[in-house]
Amino acid sequence: MSQTQRGTRPKRRLTIGQWLNQEHVAGVVCTSPFIIGFLLFLVVPMILSGYYSFCDYDILSAPEWVGLKNFINIFTSDAKFVKSIGVTFYFALVSVPLRLIFALIVAMILLRNTKLTGLYRSAYYLPSIIGGSVAVAILWKRMFAIDGTINVLLQSIGIDSHFAWLGNTKTAIWTLIVLAVWQFGSSMLIFLSSLKQIPETLYEAARVDGASSPRQFFSITLPLLTPTIFFNLVMQMINGFLAFTQCYIITQGKPMNSTLFYTVYMYQQAFEFKHTGYASALAWVMLLIVGAFTGVLFLTKRFWVYDEGA
Amino acid sequence: MTGAVKTKKKSLSWERRKRIVMRVIYHALVMGFGFVMIYPLLWMVLSSFKPTNTIFTTAGQIIPSVWTLDNYANGLKGFGKIPFMQFFANSLFISVTATIGTVISSAIVAYGFSRTRFRGRGVLFAAMLVTMMLPAQVLMVPQYLWYQKLNWVGTYLPLIVPYFFAVQGFFVYLNVNFINGIPRELDEAAKIDGCSIYGIFLRIIVPLLTPALITSGIFSFIWRWDDFLSALLYVRSSAMYPASLALKLFCDPSSSSDYGAMFAMSTLSILPVVLIFIFLQKYLVEGIATSGLKG
Repeated sequence: MSQTQRGTRPKRRLTIGQWLNQEHVAGVVCTSPFIIGFLLFLVVPMILSGYYSFCDYDILSAPEWVGLKNFINIFTSDAKFVKSIGVTFYFALVSVPLRLIFALIVAMILLRNTKLTGLYRSAYYLPSIIGGSVAVAILWKRMFAIDGTINVLLQSIGIDSHFAWLGNTKTAIWTLIVLAVWQFGSSMLIFLSSLKQIPETLYEAARVDGASSPRQFFSITLPLLTPTIFFNLVMQMINGFLAFTQCYIITQGKPMNSTLFYTVYMYQQAFEFKHTGYASALAWVMLLIVGAFTGVLFLTKRFWVYDEGA
Repeated sequence: MTGAVKTKKKSLSWERRKRIVMRVIYHALVMGFGFVMIYPLLWMVLSSFKPTNTIFTTAGQIIPSVWTLDNYANGLKGFGKIPFMQFFANSLFISVTATIGTVISSAIVAYGFSRTRFRGRGVLFAAMLVTMMLPAQVLMVPQYLWYQKLNWVGTYLPLIVPYFFAVQGFFVYLNVNFINGIPRELDEAAKIDGCSIYGIFLRIIVPLLTPALITSGIFSFIWRWDDFLSALLYVRSSAMYPASLALKLFCDPSSSSDYGAMFAMSTLSILPVVLIFIFLQKYLVEGIATSGLKG
């Protein structure tokens, strides 16, 4: 604030160069790409879709104002909406904690420094780098096919398996969960670097006091990791709620909508059924749900996340 | 680990033997699990060298008994008279342009956030954090409608232009963190020497920011290369398909059942990312460690 006033105080004319070189002007100039981008590619589309969410609209003909009809339909007479919310929450609430637990366990194991640690770290990290690609999605689909690798491997160890993993309403979602958990590598790296920052003196003191290894883990390691866990939990939950590509390619929501992710449902409404107004309403509902969920996570923060500032 | 060492000096050779056994068990477990982790990828890559009719009959055997490059030859023919290389060229063009935009715009915006104070900065910074938490999927319908109004649908514009406006908070955040670590004394010294605020950015900050720029560039390239959703929404003519979208259509059961060619093209499509992973892993690891640590 004080700088702003200092900048505007001199009454004499500034050259353009001098004017631009004032801190409060330069700040706006430097951040202007973001200001423009934020308005143009985020705020405007959201407002536009906000308007369409109150309309009957199919892109081809002019939008027709229908008030709250879309929202009422979503919450009262859309079984697929309910189903997809359930599937999406199930996926996110199972896959994200599993992935974080996996990441933490492997990070603890790899904390021991050996000549091969770098190699191991790479092997565990690689899947999370390429896991989002179409190639891996296609691969996954082939692996869990009836004549795919998983069944062949099961047969080779003597289990006569011709199970349709992707065709069963109970297992199809798990192929996607396994795919998500498989990509625990980047969380593992984050845990590794936070683990290395925990001062060794804390453990020494605990050992002097006779604390066992599990006790050290629960009293030192885990509490000090909670800020990292929290941050990753929030980011990955949001991404879990909005996963698209892998589901779109591997299962398309099948069988019997048992893997119908919310985003895939929204895509179907918008681009396959051309219910654009309805899909806009779905987008807003999702935004509010994710926002509310994130808000709740932040509210729980003070009960379990260690406060570094204190 | 250390509990075992403490016990007694008495049977040192026994202790040592036990430690070696423990170490072997440790490596066997970690290595075995690592193998399971990369098994799917190994299987895909090695299957692409098997004759296509034997891929599923020999799915349990990972090393091909007959090696062939036919799958690559067949796959590269592409479909609809468009060679597959065209799709890779499209992907490369989109990814590189969007990445240049991301790297430049994120660095400038981050400099503004880190080094200047102005009215509205707090609100803007919060907005940046929101974009970091807001994935593209939730915006797919709203943005589609907007790009349609702009007549951008069917062109590469939606896949490139937004990235010149620092729309991905992640990269701004990464650069802000990095610039905050550069001592302000350097800025002050340059200012005394007559450097403008913009000159400080170009002459002092950018050279020191190089590692963060490389990290941003790598992540941006990988994400753009893998991007499927925006290609699916906005690219219409098949000659303009990026590799991700082409691969999806290539693998639709209606258009092809040549699994060999499918695996060959899948392998080629992850090759750039794997090469980056092998040679530039240091930057990836640093990027993850510096941006993912703090809330």
